[in-house]
Amino acid sequence: MLLKELTEASGVSGNEKEVRDLIISEIKDYVDSYKIDKIGNIIAYKKGKDFGKKLMITAHMDEVGLMIKDIDKDGFLKFITVGGIDKRILVSKPVLVGKNKLPGVIGAKPIHLQKPDERKRALNIDELYIDIGAKSKEEAEKHVNIGDYAIFDSDYVEFGDGLVKAKALDNRVGCSLLIKLIKEIKDISFYAVFTVMEEVGLVGAGPAAFEVNPDYAIILEGTLCYDMPKLDTHLIPTYLNNGPAISLIDRTTIYNRKFRDKIVEIAEKNNIPYQYRKTSMGGNDSGKIHTAKEGCITTAISVPCRYIHSTASVMSKKDYDNTFELLKEILLHFEKGEI
Amino acid sequence: MDTKLFLESLCKSKGVSGYEHHLQDTIISSFKEYLDDISVDKLGNIIGIKKGTYNDEKNIKIMIAAHMDEIGLMVKDIEENGFIRFTNVGGIDPRTIIGQEVIVHGIKDLFGVVGSKPPHLQEPSERDMAVKLEDMIIDVGYPKEEVEKLVNIGDTITIRRNIKNLLGSRIAGKSLDDRAGVAALFECMKELRNIKHEADIYFVTTVQEEVSMAGALVSSYKIHPDIGIAVDVGFGSTPELPKSSTIELGQGPAIALGGNIHPNLRRKLVEIAKEYNIPNQIEVNPGPTGTDARAMQITREGIPSLLLSIPLRYMHTSVEVVDMEDIKNTGKLLAFFVASISRDNLEGLLCY
Amino acid sequence: MNINFNLLKELVSVYGPSSNEGAIREFIKNEIKDYVDEIETDNLGNLIARKKGNGKKIMISAHMDQIGFMITDIDEKGFLRFTNVGGISPYISISQRVIFENGTVGVIYHEPVDDMSKLKLENMYIDIGAFSKEEAEKKVKIGDICIYKTEFDENENVVFSNYLDDRVGCFIAIEAIKQIKNSVNDLYFVFSTQEEVGLRGAKTAAYKVDPDIGLSLDVTSHGDTPKAKRFAVGLNKGAAIKVKDNSIICHPKVKELLVEIAKENKIPYQMEVLEFGGTDSGAIHVTKEGVPSGVISIPTRYVHSTVEMASKNDIINCVELLIKFLEHDINI
Repeated sequence: MLLKELTEASGVSGNEKEVRDLIISEIKDYVDSYKIDKIGNIIAYKKGKDFGKKLMITAHMDEVGLMIKDIDKDGFLKFITVGGIDKRILVSKPVLVGKNKLPGVIGAKPIHLQKPDERKRALNIDELYIDIGAKSKEEAEKHVNIGDYAIFDSDYVEFGDGLVKAKALDNRVGCSLLIKLIKEIKDISFYAVFTVMEEVGLVGAGPAAFEVNPDYAIILEGTLCYDMPKLDTHLIPTYLNNGPAISLIDRTTIYNRKFRDKIVEIAEKNNIPYQYRKTSMGGNDSGKIHTAKEGCITTAISVPCRYIHSTASVMSKKDYDNTFELLKEILLHFEKGEI
Repeated sequence: MDTKLFLESLCKSKGVSGYEHHLQDTIISSFKEYLDDISVDKLGNIIGIKKGTYNDEKNIKIMIAAHMDEIGLMVKDIEENGFIRFTNVGGIDPRTIIGQEVIVHGIKDLFGVVGSKPPHLQEPSERDMAVKLEDMIIDVGYPKEEVEKLVNIGDTITIRRNIKNLLGSRIAGKSLDDRAGVAALFECMKELRNIKHEADIYFVTTVQEEVSMAGALVSSYKIHPDIGIAVDVGFGSTPELPKSSTIELGQGPAIALGGNIHPNLRRKLVEIAKEYNIPNQIEVNPGPTGTDARAMQITREGIPSLLLSIPLRYMHTSVEVVDMEDIKNTGKLLAFFVASISRDNLEGLLCY
Repeated sequence: MNINFNLLKELVSVYGPSSNEGAIREFIKNEIKDYVDEIETDNLGNLIARKKGNGKKIMISAHMDQIGFMITDIDEKGFLRFTNVGGISPYISISQRVIFENGTVGVIYHEPVDDMSKLKLENMYIDIGAFSKEEAEKKVKIGDICIYKTEFDENENVVFSNYLDDRVGCFIAIEAIKQIKNSVNDLYFVFSTQEEVGLRGAKTAAYKVDPDIGLSLDVTSHGDTPKAKRFAVGLNKGAAIKVKDNSIICHPKVKELLVEIAKENKIPYQMEVLEFGGTDSGAIHVTKEGVPSGVISIPTRYVHSTVEMASKNDIINCVELLIKFLEHDINI
């Protein structure tokens, strides 16, 4: 299944090659043209019916992860985080290092050897390291280079009632949806853009938008979901199984009202469940896209993901399918000139 | 002109972010004999061009940027007794300011002292607290009326510091971040006198890197190069810093690695360093590097970028330390690298 | 110069929070249409009005958008939860009245909180006096943005009102538009959008206009109230000429020209070094190949509160300085 391959692929921000190659192999027979731009974004074009406006649909390829910054004298790897990672999720987790996906572990001091108040304090990144089993610095250096990237060792698992656990649902779920659109939509022209380095500052999106210069852009994301029991409703950004989340506002964009209202109308008319993304925290590529050149109109549609940016994020297949249905309908409306 | 003399004269001058025009004469007069053209753009970036052997408008363009602005201080108010209240321009640790001798760049340059409270009058608890910039004053020795004739709110202030020669080829002073980089550009253009290069090389001393990277953004937009190389400074190792976060003085420039850097181009750069035996080190950056390389990477449709960092100790103080050998090696590496780029290999180098 | 402040009184009350500036755009358009040669609206809703001239292309920017509150949730009992649009202080918002585009009025209050110093927007809510979710939903939808309900007062010295930031800038721009006849330079007056959330409108407008010189008009802070943080700018001391803030170091030549013009025309002025904040010029100066830019600031007390206060003399001086600058032969 495509989402399995996508989530298990390695593509930490700044090192998206494996994911990029995978995406290109999936889409190349379904697009009229594609290229890799000067900083690694994929810009593909699908020709269908022109409807008078330039539409760009985008998903970022990169995931949060780790980068090796040093190999110490005993062969342990010191690392830094790439993108927003809560350092507390790192302890006692397996990782895969470098191009060859060498297994390693981020260990922790045995509880027996800890003082009681030690356990209350979160460990700093400086106190953590990856153990690949090397006996010495020299041995480690045979297998690992400074600057190598490491991903979470987390496989794709289907569980529960139609749920999926994987790493990097943010944003392989967006990539997967975009690939599906490329394969199944035939009747409308659009640019499909897979961006780099969204997680470290929306780096790829600005240059991609500068090149494409769209009138409209739809940003596909995996977004925060924190539907804990007994929480006030306004503190829950999205719920699992309530359908695609449509963004209102975040740190980087206040989403165009008219476009959003139209999308909500389309969802309601077609009985597609949807919800609003209620928090204004976070941001996405829209921030750089809507202010590129003379500006354009954007919307962000996301699949809710629990435990985002951790080793085990979770989404619902129902939400994924409903998001796809909504996207199809939106494109149909564009094609008919109704947007 | 000798590079060290050039660097000394630059560091002695004033050029706080936004007010770099004071450096124009020194830079232009030194650079121009090595370049085919030199001009100043709308925000004050100095852009010099050394044309390559390929004679065509569509020639490859390589932009090399080092920022000429320095962090500094700015007059924000004048007290009734003539003391000057000030704020920072760029990232300044207030603890490095107390007790310094400064030059207030008013209608004329005025000598001043950042006053400090006598230890005798301090509470024991006070002595462990850092003094805030807000609570400091600069004493220029004149009453208010005199000060107001000579100094305006908004005038810039720099630390009074000449370059000091330490042991060997090491020097210490202010604004080596990033005038050391400007000196490396100077070394590069000198080397290029004797090396054939196909591409047109744009040497840019940028403005306002310390506050907004405005200079690199607009100059790279204007030039629209095929490759952008930033030359800045990196954290030189000292006893209290972890080795994994620093680079060593005297071991050559650090070649940055990470998302801001084009991987294939970087491989070529490392190859060239090896081929010509130029010492170099690695600097790992997980995302945007906070240098002109960041600005270049996101300009227009994106510019493949590289970053070279000259090891520098005590960054953002007025006693920054660098090794002249590192500056020379950076200049050499730049020259050999840009000379290795041609229409034959560019496409392959830029692919992913 | 004699200025009628009635227009300012009208301007501050027109609805126009960031991203939703339609109403204020129409209002301004109507006010200026007979005094400009061209008018257009761009993709982000900026209003761009041109007074043709042969000299330099100058972009003058004043932002039309206001800070406000976006509704993100309506609870079972009809209380509205919100997030901020622009820089909102929770403390200033307590017990304020707000108003929606459709005229619905509400009040902001907060849940009981043990430690008021830890008060956050998520502990607060807007009460529109609806007794159920259904009732509330008839008047307000998720995504709606409300603003503080405006009240304008004045005396011989000052005006005080919500939203002087930056309707006073718009007011000054409109006055200049009306007073300048046969423009020397090619003037593009941009009434920008979404400044409060990150100078977004100015970025796209500047890309489109592609000016030679940029100048914004916006409020700045004050240092002349009891125990105020040290800041050299105060009310009634003249138009403030900005040296720097967190978004820009104003081009020295633009700054110096403003000072020269103020001195030549005996316009009282003061120099402004702001240690925080930003204005549209922050976005304008890094457009394309670079745009030398400056800012004329209106000294204002209590910025982003509901009682912003500015001196009438300062406002008049800003108008004079602006007009003299725009009519000057500029060689930068």
